[in-house]
Amino acid sequence: MNHSTKVPLVRIVKRDSISFWHGWLIRIIGLILALAVSAVVIYAIVRLNPLKVYSAMFEGNFGSEKRFWVTLRDMVMLLCIGIGLAPAFKMRFWNIGAEGQILVGGIATAAVMIYFGKSLPTWGLLLVSLAASCVAGAIWGFIPAVFKARFKTNETLFTLMMNYVAIQLTSYFVAIWENPFGSNTVGIINQQTKAGWFPSLFGEKYMLNVILVLALTIAMFVYLRYSKQGYEISVVGESERTARYIGINVKSVVVRTMMISGAICGLAGYIAVAGSSHTISTSTAGGSGFTAIIVAWLAKFNTFVMILVAALLVFLEKGAIQIASQFNLNDYASQMISGIILFFILGSEFFTNFRLVFRGGKEAN
Amino acid sequence: MQNAKAAICMRDITKTFGSTVANDRVELDIFKGEILALLGENGSGKTTLMNMLSGIYFPDAGHILVDGQEVTIRSPKDAFDLGIGMIHQHFKLVDVLTAAENIILGMPGTGRLDLKAVGDRIRNICAMYGFDVDPEQKVYDMSVSQKQTVEIVKVLYRGADILILDEPTAVLTPQETEKLFTVLRNMRDDGKAIIIITHKLHEVEEISDRVVVLRRGQFVGGVQTKDTNAADMTNMMVGRSVSLNIERPEPKEPKPRIIVDGLTVQDKDGITKLCDVSFTAYSGEILGVAGISGCGQKELLESIAGLQHYESGRIVYIDPDTGKEINLIGKDPREILGMGVTLSFVPEDRLGMGLVGSMDLTDNMMLRSFRHGKSVFADRKTPRSLAERVVNDLSVNTPGLSTPVRRLSGGNVQKVLVGREISSSPTVLMTAYAVRGLDINSSYTIYDLINQQKQQGVAVIFVGEDLDVLLEFCDRILVLCGGKVSGIVPGRGADKNQVGMMMTKLGGGEAK
Repeated sequence: MNHSTKVPLVRIVKRDSISFWHGWLIRIIGLILALAVSAVVIYAIVRLNPLKVYSAMFEGNFGSEKRFWVTLRDMVMLLCIGIGLAPAFKMRFWNIGAEGQILVGGIATAAVMIYFGKSLPTWGLLLVSLAASCVAGAIWGFIPAVFKARFKTNETLFTLMMNYVAIQLTSYFVAIWENPFGSNTVGIINQQTKAGWFPSLFGEKYMLNVILVLALTIAMFVYLRYSKQGYEISVVGESERTARYIGINVKSVVVRTMMISGAICGLAGYIAVAGSSHTISTSTAGGSGFTAIIVAWLAKFNTFVMILVAALLVFLEKGAIQIASQFNLNDYASQMISGIILFFILGSEFFTNFRLVFRGGKEAN
Repeated sequence: MQNAKAAICMRDITKTFGSTVANDRVELDIFKGEILALLGENGSGKTTLMNMLSGIYFPDAGHILVDGQEVTIRSPKDAFDLGIGMIHQHFKLVDVLTAAENIILGMPGTGRLDLKAVGDRIRNICAMYGFDVDPEQKVYDMSVSQKQTVEIVKVLYRGADILILDEPTAVLTPQETEKLFTVLRNMRDDGKAIIIITHKLHEVEEISDRVVVLRRGQFVGGVQTKDTNAADMTNMMVGRSVSLNIERPEPKEPKPRIIVDGLTVQDKDGITKLCDVSFTAYSGEILGVAGISGCGQKELLESIAGLQHYESGRIVYIDPDTGKEINLIGKDPREILGMGVTLSFVPEDRLGMGLVGSMDLTDNMMLRSFRHGKSVFADRKTPRSLAERVVNDLSVNTPGLSTPVRRLSGGNVQKVLVGREISSSPTVLMTAYAVRGLDINSSYTIYDLINQQKQQGVAVIFVGEDLDVLLEFCDRILVLCGGKVSGIVPGRGADKNQVGMMMTKLGGGEAK
């Protein structure tokens, strides 16, 4: 049976491995291409000088000291949630319930600030609300984990549904803590006394946020890479059968890890309430629980790489807002630019994993 | 045979996977109105050959003729267009759909879907051959045998008149098997060609008109079933004994180490995998376990290792130092280790169970040892030096210690796994298909390693598939047949045909 096989023009081949510098070269080329393509799009659609638009994006992020700190604040918030998600995702447990875990953490913090604002000293308030937010988040992680371990429920749906429970819970507490009456918001908690607020460190309002999250970044990196529990998480994530074979109690690892994941996301709620907004509402999480999934995955659970990814995402978001107001564009035009940049960055991840082989044996990187 | 015209002729069919030759110039004729049994041991190329008929694989060389016309079968759709349908061992049904929906799934149609008409046609087919299918029943509500019936009706609905069944009775109870055979006979009498892939001799005798035997990818012979008997078929299946010159030192002072008594195991579908299995494994001895694959070998080893849910029975370990009896059944691997029992287990699924494919050599060595010490941090120094030692001692071919084991070749993966398992100086070593996929040199390395363990007084349980190896390597051979102990024979002087008979028939039939 003689049949000629047709060789396709381009084939995609999985890379065995890629050197560190080669990988970053691909990513930088991706970024340059992204800027070039969005330049063309900007000019074609809105007839603006792309360079001016880019400098406006930069302006939006780092234009003033205040903007710089707000950018930093938002970045560490996103990073914190990403760190929380990392152990769960490394265990192949699809925790998409960070939104809910942040909210219950936020509720716990707000509750401590409201009920103990007068009776506890500042450091006491900070510690108690930290503990309360972690416990609340851990409970929100514990419930789906137990159901998964016991009854094999689908954790994706379960954690997602827990988000809606948390949103309703928030609405309920907003109604109870309403201030002033009839505003349907909680308002700024302890506005006069600032009880339970993060104190300024070195003259910066958000310094404590940054320090807390950086400490977490290092701790989580060490935990996942060097601890016995971190090793167990990778084994369970890679192969549950191997985990059973060597006598790891898969159920208890799942529950333990999800409690850690939930606790850190709850801590993010603590930072959001006590460290930045000083109020609680259903939009306290604001979708960052989902954005953080991108942070965790793109960084392949390496918390130091997460810093870069979180910075990029926040940069794009702030930049888009600035373009929209400075050039009187509607939101969609500026979001298109962020979209193009993200597309290229994600695309370059593809090329770090695969290479193209052209017909006739020529290879491209 | 010459007077009937063959529905399908396969000529000179060759198929290779990498360096393994799965089929080597195989010839096969299939006739209408006949049930053909395709017989052979595991890995003899039965399923590969049939997959080429059903369009799943494409032959490297050879011709396929349907009704005398040369055809090219590139896809399962091509096969269906030629009237060839295959019922695979693992059913390909969508659980949440009904029988009728599954049956018409993927078929071309225009406009509105008339499920009622479909249901009527299904009922017609069922009435014709004596099937029992409710077109409206959801697949998740069905038993294994009902699912299989749906698969068969699916193939008939598409107008197939050549049906291939891959080990159809493996998942059925004796009563269900009887029912299946009745409908197969009805279909044969209706003029359909039926091929059943099997390695159960009594089924061949019961159902088939003709039998074709494959051995190591080659066509051995074809005979009318009525002209042959179990002994002849076994002969054709296992072939002549080959001398391998594997060392077999005499066991030194064997003492009971593991006693298995009346072990019965069911899988989660309620199918009995092991039935009342009893034996004793001695120290300083290699106990071989022979059997057609899927006869309970995996469940046996996993029961001892604490990974298997069991129904009844007893597994006792006898401590070599104190002589104390320790009960192993119902314990998980961690509890077993906690009682001071060092079991080593080289499972069949090396990368899915014994090792983590994406982790490097050091991290894989750590699997057994990472809990050591009180620190919250795992010790990587000891595993690293163990990895170095294994790489040097067993000459593992690897670019480095930080290479993911998935990238190593099969033989090297096995050396890493065996190296780790024997490094903990076990008292019991269990291996499943330890040399599967390994070249000659690596195989002998593994035999030597196991022999060293034996001479150190370890009780070795060696599950194998190559009878020649089992006969030359093991001190005693436990033969399993359908989850039951067919017999235990001494390895020295055992007769290959006799063991072959015991594998296919409980107790080995009259040939004993």
